[in-house]
Amino acid sequence: MSVTDHSLPTYKPKDFMSDQDVRWCPGCGDYAVLAAVRKALPNVGRRKEDFVFVSGIGCAARFPYYMETYGMHSIHGRAPAFATGIKLANPDLDVWIVSGDGDLLSIGGNHTMHVMRRNVGVRILLLNNRIYGLTKGQYSPTSERGKVTKSTPMGSIDEPVNPLALALAAECTFVARCIDIDAKTLTATMERAAAHEGCAFIEVYQDCNIFNHQAWFYASQKDTRPANTVDLVHGEPLIFGAERDKGVMIVNGRPRGVTLGAGGVTEKDLLVFDETDRTLAFTLANMHCPDLPEPLGVLYCNPDRPAYEQASREQVQAAMASAPGAELQDLVRGPDTWTVGG
Amino acid sequence: MSQKTKPCPTPVESVAVRFAGDSGDGMQLAGGQFTSATAILGNDFATFPDYPAEIRAPRGTTFGVSGFQVHFASHAIHTPGDSVDVLVTMNPAAFKMNTGDVRQGGMIIADEDEFTKVNLKKAGYGPDESPLADEVLGQRFRIVTVPISRMVREALAESGRSAKEIDRCRNMFALGLVCWMYDRPLEPTIDWLESYFGARKKLPDVAAMNVTALKAGWAFGETTEAIPQRYTVAPAELPAGVYRKISGNEAMVLGLAVAGEKIGKQVSYCGYPITPASDLLHGLAGLKRFGVQTFQAEDEIAAVAAAIGVSYAGGIGVTGTSGPGLALKGEAMGLAVMLELPLIVVDVQRAGPATGMPTKTEQTDLLQAFYGRSGEAPCIVLAASSPADCFEIAIEAVRLSTRAMCPAIVLSDAAIANGAEPWLVPDVSSISPIPCSHPEAQPDSDEQFEPYRRDPETGARRWAIPGTPGLEHRVGGLEKQDVTGDVSYDGPNHEHMIAHRAAKVARLADIIPPIEVGGDVAADTLVLGWGGTAGAILSAVNRLRDEGATLAIAHLRHLNPFPSNLGEVLGRYRRVIVPEINSGQLRLLLRGRFLVDVRGVNVIQGRGFHVEELVEGIRAEMAEEAS
Ligand SMILES: Cc1ncc(C[n+]2csc(CCOP(=O)(O)OP(=O)(O)O)c2C)c(N)n1
Ligand code: SF4
Ligand SMILES: [Mg+2]
Repeated sequence: MSVTDHSLPTYKPKDFMSDQDVRWCPGCGDYAVLAAVRKALPNVGRRKEDFVFVSGIGCAARFPYYMETYGMHSIHGRAPAFATGIKLANPDLDVWIVSGDGDLLSIGGNHTMHVMRRNVGVRILLLNNRIYGLTKGQYSPTSERGKVTKSTPMGSIDEPVNPLALALAAECTFVARCIDIDAKTLTATMERAAAHEGCAFIEVYQDCNIFNHQAWFYASQKDTRPANTVDLVHGEPLIFGAERDKGVMIVNGRPRGVTLGAGGVTEKDLLVFDETDRTLAFTLANMHCPDLPEPLGVLYCNPDRPAYEQASREQVQAAMASAPGAELQDLVRGPDTWTVGG
Repeated sequence: MSQKTKPCPTPVESVAVRFAGDSGDGMQLAGGQFTSATAILGNDFATFPDYPAEIRAPRGTTFGVSGFQVHFASHAIHTPGDSVDVLVTMNPAAFKMNTGDVRQGGMIIADEDEFTKVNLKKAGYGPDESPLADEVLGQRFRIVTVPISRMVREALAESGRSAKEIDRCRNMFALGLVCWMYDRPLEPTIDWLESYFGARKKLPDVAAMNVTALKAGWAFGETTEAIPQRYTVAPAELPAGVYRKISGNEAMVLGLAVAGEKIGKQVSYCGYPITPASDLLHGLAGLKRFGVQTFQAEDEIAAVAAAIGVSYAGGIGVTGTSGPGLALKGEAMGLAVMLELPLIVVDVQRAGPATGMPTKTEQTDLLQAFYGRSGEAPCIVLAASSPADCFEIAIEAVRLSTRAMCPAIVLSDAAIANGAEPWLVPDVSSISPIPCSHPEAQPDSDEQFEPYRRDPETGARRWAIPGTPGLEHRVGGLEKQDVTGDVSYDGPNHEHMIAHRAAKVARLADIIPPIEVGGDVAADTLVLGWGGTAGAILSAVNRLRDEGATLAIAHLRHLNPFPSNLGEVLGRYRRVIVPEINSGQLRLLLRGRFLVDVRGVNVIQGRGFHVEELVEGIRAEMAEEAS
């Protein structure tokens, strides 16, 4: 965590607004995420020049152009690798990766997995619209099976990947999920991610207004969200529903949705959320509508594993400290020489 | 055996020795130690390690044969030698695979104990064949059979170690014998054994066993009647100074580390293991005490991407690979061209396409280096001309890449990467610093920073690095409006940017050395090479000139841009011959660029040029046109 810097300027969201016109389609969920990021950054205690936004390719990946920070719009799928290099060279920068589901889970799936298991101290915003937006609407690795698109006229036959389960399996140390239009949870979660030393991953349910409109409506709308999602609060039982009369209970080792009061179920019987429990996080990551509410907020947080770039820096520092007089000339000369003439 | 005194060693000018055996027989080690002993005596030398891609191929098979050739002389030499004077073979497979390279009348020492029925069969000899007794071979070569295995077992009978452990010392016996033959000291090897096995691995008994075997080999030479003669090679006349032995990969590692110091920045090497480039990653990983950082990425693409990330953040981002990896890095390198960032990409070329022959050499990535990216994405292209030159070319790459803000591809190859030669140790302090600057912070400025505003002299944009107040800006793969760096789809601007990215690289010709012509400068034929074939081409041209031919010779280390006088030089000659280990890639570039009817000598057999085939190839080209 950064030490409080009293000379830190007081930023407002508009300080993070670049002079570029935003070119997403009207109604695209990316706008809401952009607004939430601009709102969160003034609160994370970092200087503007220390932020770097890195993206791959896709609609979501246009993100860096719209932030008045340092930024790199790289190539398709490789943002985590560019970000890793940036952190290796300068661990003090605050590096954010923003890209789409196709970018980070399809062409870039390999890098996403490795940046997580290394615990590189970056924050990843996966804008998941379950579709390839920029290339005009092919199914993506998060599209549900049977998805009819231009490239799958008879419906897709692929099983979708579960981004949260993947992140947990990849040893990610901070795993969360939010909804684009829920500014409150999104901002709060990003502020927490910004305080995390290691790799922080946030899946954002994002509406593609054009090619996959309403894909998340079952979870994102006023009238659907209470019944179909559950807000995670560390140390609190899993309660949801418009009347907060529903809960999640573990029955025979598996989660089950229950109604408080029905069959004698009380709050005490409900599953209590513990964000440090990775096994529990897996269970939550695998809760899907309509059987169970989908969890929102931070599923898992392990603040103890050191960040990769720090470990890398420490190795170099330790090696340098252990060889104080190391001279390049001696290295170039090497241990075995012979002399000619002279 | 009777103890007889033998005559004094006979002086000879140059010798090529090859140790060949199973990959588990320690031939690389024996060859390397023989080279060290030779270096200490002041000979010029060149080595050629030749090893199979299989780590432990089934013992005794032909595809598991590993060899190490050392060419040493009392005069300047530039190649590991076309043919071998003395071949040591540890088993029938090594015998079978290597006799073809021994010169007529050369000596073959064979471990007779290994020529059993079973081993002969494994090597593919028929049931009635006995190569050691073959009359035809016996007339062509001097075959000396030595009971190496038995002698080693006898010498180490008291060690109490298993037969397997004892047999591992056979290479030292062979080395001791060859050291005796050529009057090379055993001390460097003894010192090495004691420090490696004794001090480092904490296995003093193993060190002692090896030393015993080594000395037994020497003693065998003194007593055997089968080798009546010893030879010696006088020191070569090299410029005075302190020398060390260096391979291309070692030199590249040192060059990169020194370049980091010369520019005052951390070098971060991001790599993915691939033969024959992995030793760059290994070598630099061991230099953390000099501030070098290494990162073993998940794949080739991540490696180059991370290196670009390093450069973007203000460090020296380096990645290294071989041809297949260069292909994977192409898209990201195109991005680096667009971002106008420094980046060093080392390509240790190997025989392709695809996996090809991973341990064998080739010069087949030149066009890939020039053009292997989408769109028009010119990179700086440099090629090292010898193992030691890898040091200088690495520093040159950092200098040029940071000056033009453009990726530099450094071409090495399997032959120079693994081959070694003597190197006059440079004085690091005399290497000039690499100038580099970053735009200053503008914390209170309301003006938008212009990331693509350019230096009028170099044409390069400014290298503004994250963390600098007031210079916040976005870079990306979309085409940029010049100066502002805003995304632009404007046609004329795109054309301007394409031209500018090329011009920036072309402008480097102002600061790179002009190409120098040697040999008979006024001849009507120029032999022009590039990269790691410099030594072989020079040897061939020298031989032809000794025979009376008039030939000019020149060599390219800078390929993009070419030296500024190259067109003028080519225009001076009626005939230009370009030998390459490919089907004519530089030839194609020169023809296209300079409209010169360049001829080629091309051999692509996974090895460096033999001097003799170059001599013949050049002769044939000269004759053809004359007729
Ligand atoms: C190497 C390469 N292959 C393919 C593309 C084409 N492409 C651009 S974006 C994209 C998919 C983007 O989908 P996603 O990451 O989900 O982003 P979205 O547009 O939905 O935000 C594809 C296939 C590309 N730019 N580069
Ligand atoms: S195509 Fe979809 S994801 Fe892309 S900008 Fe339009 S609405 Fe947003
Ligand atoms: Mg998408």
